[in-house]
Amino acid sequence: MPPADANLLEVENLFVSFATESGPARVLDGVNLTIRPGEIMGLVGESGCGKTTLANAILGTIAKNARTAGGTIRFAGENLLALRPRVVANDVLGRRITYIPQDPYGSFNPLFPIGKQMMEVMKWKSPRRAASETRGVSGFFSRYPRARRREDEAALLAMIRTVQIPNPEEALAKLPHEFSGGQRQRLMIALSLLPQPQLVIADEPTTALDATIQAQILKLLKRLAKERGVSVLFTTHDLGTAYEICDRVTVMYAGQEVETAPVEDFFGRPQHPYTVRLLESLPHPERELREIGGEIPALIDPPIGCRFHPRCSRALAECRAARPPITAGGGGHQVRCYNPVRAA
Amino acid sequence: MKTARDVLAKLLRDPAAALGLVIIIALVLAALLAPVLATHPEAVWDMNPRQRLLPPSETYLFGTDRMGADIYSRTLFGARITLVIAIVAVGAALVIGVPIGLVSGWRRNWFGEALMRVSDIFLAVPQIVLAIAIAQTLGPSIENIILALSVTYWPWFTRLVHAEVRALKNETFIEAAIALGVPTWRIILTHVLPNVMSPIIVRTSIGMGFTILTASALGFLGLSAPPPAPEWGRMISESREFLPEAWWYALAPGLAIFLVVMGFNLLGDGLRDVLDPRIRRAAGGR
Repeated sequence: MPPADANLLEVENLFVSFATESGPARVLDGVNLTIRPGEIMGLVGESGCGKTTLANAILGTIAKNARTAGGTIRFAGENLLALRPRVVANDVLGRRITYIPQDPYGSFNPLFPIGKQMMEVMKWKSPRRAASETRGVSGFFSRYPRARRREDEAALLAMIRTVQIPNPEEALAKLPHEFSGGQRQRLMIALSLLPQPQLVIADEPTTALDATIQAQILKLLKRLAKERGVSVLFTTHDLGTAYEICDRVTVMYAGQEVETAPVEDFFGRPQHPYTVRLLESLPHPERELREIGGEIPALIDPPIGCRFHPRCSRALAECRAARPPITAGGGGHQVRCYNPVRAA
Repeated sequence: MKTARDVLAKLLRDPAAALGLVIIIALVLAALLAPVLATHPEAVWDMNPRQRLLPPSETYLFGTDRMGADIYSRTLFGARITLVIAIVAVGAALVIGVPIGLVSGWRRNWFGEALMRVSDIFLAVPQIVLAIAIAQTLGPSIENIILALSVTYWPWFTRLVHAEVRALKNETFIEAAIALGVPTWRIILTHVLPNVMSPIIVRTSIGMGFTILTASALGFLGLSAPPPAPEWGRMISESREFLPEAWWYALAPGLAIFLVVMGFNLLGDGLRDVLDPRIRRAAGGR
């Protein structure tokens, strides 16, 4: 067992590339990420910067044409990439790491009542499931012990009540289309917490929802995660959302992490020029909207050195030569930049 | 899942679909109760040269044919042949086409592609031409007609299922099941197949009508059940020699084919509206 204060998740120097017709696209290029127990980590960045790929790599669900070319994903001390896929699928995914998808509409099979679908997950992924029961979902015959089924049903009802779905008993018999997008996302939150996981990966869970619903869902997710001491990896392209919910934030740019900092520090004293420009691009009543000049680099032939240097006003000669190393500032603030912005 | 009762209730609210359903129920009853409903059941197979080519009357509702058999009774018994051909041929096409569609839609590698190209080859030949070739080579009989029709109809199911499965495979709930290590056969049986049932049911209904039409055409060309079997297409074909004097000869079998094909098409369209509102008459009927 790792010591109690150790990181729950450590992604180290992870490389993932996609085979494309014009050559391999290096979508994740030496990414590092850590999540501590009970912490909500925000992963922010523009569309296409690799947030979702990183989330999928942790879940082991990267696309067919993607290849994990190096690095480690250490979860509670074990490298998931080195474990057998079946072990990961049976004992880690859906149990110790769960997932809230971006699109609440496709996450339920439209043909079956949600109660049935959620119980199907509980059959395999319930925290009360004894190791002696048949090993995994691949078993041909599978029993659902009655005593455990009753306990699981009770837990399911309690959880549905917790996520504030009206009339929980009736709700279980309803079909997915009878719920609104926000309700479905609440159900997904319930489902992701039911196995009592250590880590929930929430991939832009509020992007598909109305702004008013977003705030409710975020509050709910934050409260439940904090109550249960569950870590959350929360990817988003919305800095406001990250500010609302996260303890720490990691910024990604073109497949690499550029800055990690506690949320107050991140918004108060950003150090990487990209982060600064990203924060400046937020709408603000007292100034004009500022965009970041230039274009996101092509990942097939990315710039050498710091991937941001072609767009960076503070670029130095060394930025063109090699990727900047991590510079650790005070209070867990880490930045990969040769010429960071330091507040006076 | 929508219950059968819901579907039926909605279907009956659509007059066209309700009409189609009534026609098909009538067809099934006619086939089952042919010996009871027929006025001259004994005269279906026998020759009665003295009553040859009589016009419609109270005794012979739709007249008699060149053998002196009662056309009304023959048409009733013909429903049995038609129904057997349609059910077995479409059933076989389902059994062949649906699994191939599931596999090729799921496995998007060279194997899936190869399956689809094979179905393309079958689709590239006009169905009636291929069916004629098969029926002609193997000789005219009900079995060969069924073989010819099922061999030519399965690619329609394959294409339909293939497209649906490809779209479904990107749904989050399918991806989640894959990530959790659920075996492919179980995902296909419990998540994919129920989701493609609606279009399959619709296509089955329309396919029944289309198959009956093709079977009748083959019968007309003399490739179906040999005489004296009361095959509707053959009955119409026989009538040509006696037109226009024996105008009643083709009336009953012609009407029967027309009504039955229309019935299946109406029911298929109605089912499509009820089960699969997304595609709403977008796809042409075949």
